[in-house]
Amino acid sequence: MNEIYFNADAGYLEGVVRGYRDGLITAPQYMNLTQCETMDDLKLQLATTDYSSFLQNEPSPISTSTLSARCTDALVAEFQYLQQNSAEPISKFLEYITYGYMIDNVILLITGTLHERDTHDLLEKCHPLGFFDTMPALCVATNVQDLYNTVMVDSPLAGYFRECLSAEDLNELNIEIIRNTLYKAYLEDFYSYCQSCGEPTASIMAELLKFESDRRTVNITINSFGTELSKDDRAKLYPRLGNMYPEAQTKLARTDDMDQVKAILEQYGDYKRMILGANMNASSDGTSGSDMSLEDIFFANEVQLNKDSFEQQFHFGVFYSWLRLKEQEIRNIVWIAECISQQQKDKVNKYTPIY
Amino acid sequence: MSTYTNYAKTALHTTVAGLAVWAGLYLLLTGRGERFNVGGYLLRISPYMWGVYGISFCIGLSVVGAAWGIFIAGSSILGGAVRTPRIATKNLISIIFCEVVAIYGVIMAIVFSAKLGAVSSEGGFSKSDYYTGFSLFWGGLAVGLANLICGLAVGITGGNAAVADAHDQQLFVKILVIEIFGSVIGLFGLIVGLLVTGKAEDFAGVI
Repeated sequence: MNEIYFNADAGYLEGVVRGYRDGLITAPQYMNLTQCETMDDLKLQLATTDYSSFLQNEPSPISTSTLSARCTDALVAEFQYLQQNSAEPISKFLEYITYGYMIDNVILLITGTLHERDTHDLLEKCHPLGFFDTMPALCVATNVQDLYNTVMVDSPLAGYFRECLSAEDLNELNIEIIRNTLYKAYLEDFYSYCQSCGEPTASIMAELLKFESDRRTVNITINSFGTELSKDDRAKLYPRLGNMYPEAQTKLARTDDMDQVKAILEQYGDYKRMILGANMNASSDGTSGSDMSLEDIFFANEVQLNKDSFEQQFHFGVFYSWLRLKEQEIRNIVWIAECISQQQKDKVNKYTPIY
Repeated sequence: MSTYTNYAKTALHTTVAGLAVWAGLYLLLTGRGERFNVGGYLLRISPYMWGVYGISFCIGLSVVGAAWGIFIAGSSILGGAVRTPRIATKNLISIIFCEVVAIYGVIMAIVFSAKLGAVSSEGGFSKSDYYTGFSLFWGGLAVGLANLICGLAVGITGGNAAVADAHDQQLFVKILVIEIFGSVIGLFGLIVGLLVTGKAEDFAGVI
């Protein structure tokens, strides 16, 4: 029965977001991009895509970082159009999407303040989608209690700090733990919010968020090999949702190397199929013998799940999926640009194709 | 926001239930229990009431269905046309199909209201008048409900057609076929309405 009243609040925006999705770069255009010789050629090719209005005013020798920044500006402009035109149920959903970026910004500001960087530089590096009012005040905080009491208690992230307040001071390891704990709380909160949105949003977003959670679980496990993170602490960072919760998570918490992780992943039909041809080393530089690293496989699966969410109409998942696909596209463009500018054309085809 | 609507709903339900229980107990305990007579009430309703109710349902529900369908299809067409302006003209067909549903309602209301008339006989209403009243009520309700659901169906399919057309032009005609099947439902309602009221004669009174 969702179809009969969905369009009252979100019909126009859904049409707009599907229009954005139609503007994603397709395989023939990627072919053209990979055959560019210089950055100017690349800029010329991108002039036929949705990025044209953001790139045309850049002076000619364009660098990869400027390209990445302008493409992100295009993404932000499109998302902010959606947010500005949204009404109650859909505006809450879009806000939830921005909380992820807010967490990244908070961590960026804390880390930068610890290393005594200039406040203005830090604020410029923050992701625009994750901006909230009291964010610039983060630069004065020195420990987590201060951080919470002065800044975070008014922000939308207040509820996620409950599990972090035990961290005593901010050093390198603790900041990563804070980031992962915040993100875990955010994923669980987002999941329960989507479940309250009703069908079909609930089932489509459940699919996407469960995969995200599984992927974070595996990444936390792999990244914690060889660090001083204890196994109990590691288990506390896993989000409590996904196909791997709770059995595989307890097993993964006790693993010590990649082979054990691979054995656990193979118990799940989907992941077994995915890692069949993979290079299980953690880096994604794609050495000659193998096709894809584990990260690339996760990206490819995420793209597939996000494309599938467009098959149904009248749900909120399309907004989340479009944003993820657009980010993947920007990663692809930056990869191709880096390969071109560093003259390493043999690796230029290792982007994740979308359409 | 939703807690306030929940409070309002609970308050409304409690008030209505409370009044009903109070009225029922009053009648029962003061020996007037037989006054609650649903069958007798229905038999005493005048055929004018039945007939005009039918006509109101006919036009009222048809218009609700048409409007609902138009807003569902229209908002998707607007959203899709931001990026792909070419879909705007073609997809007006979905809006027209929804509008046709309201036209069915109007036509039937006109046909039904031709049977209405004042009865000025001393014997009151005749059996034929009662038949006319009942058939107008149920015929009108049939047309109204069929058009309501038809409007919804055509509207949802129209919304699908708009976004599919924006993505790939060849999909439009295929989804239009589905829409046509949906709009046939309204036509069924029209036919049944005509059949049900076909034998009803104009109001005349006891001759």
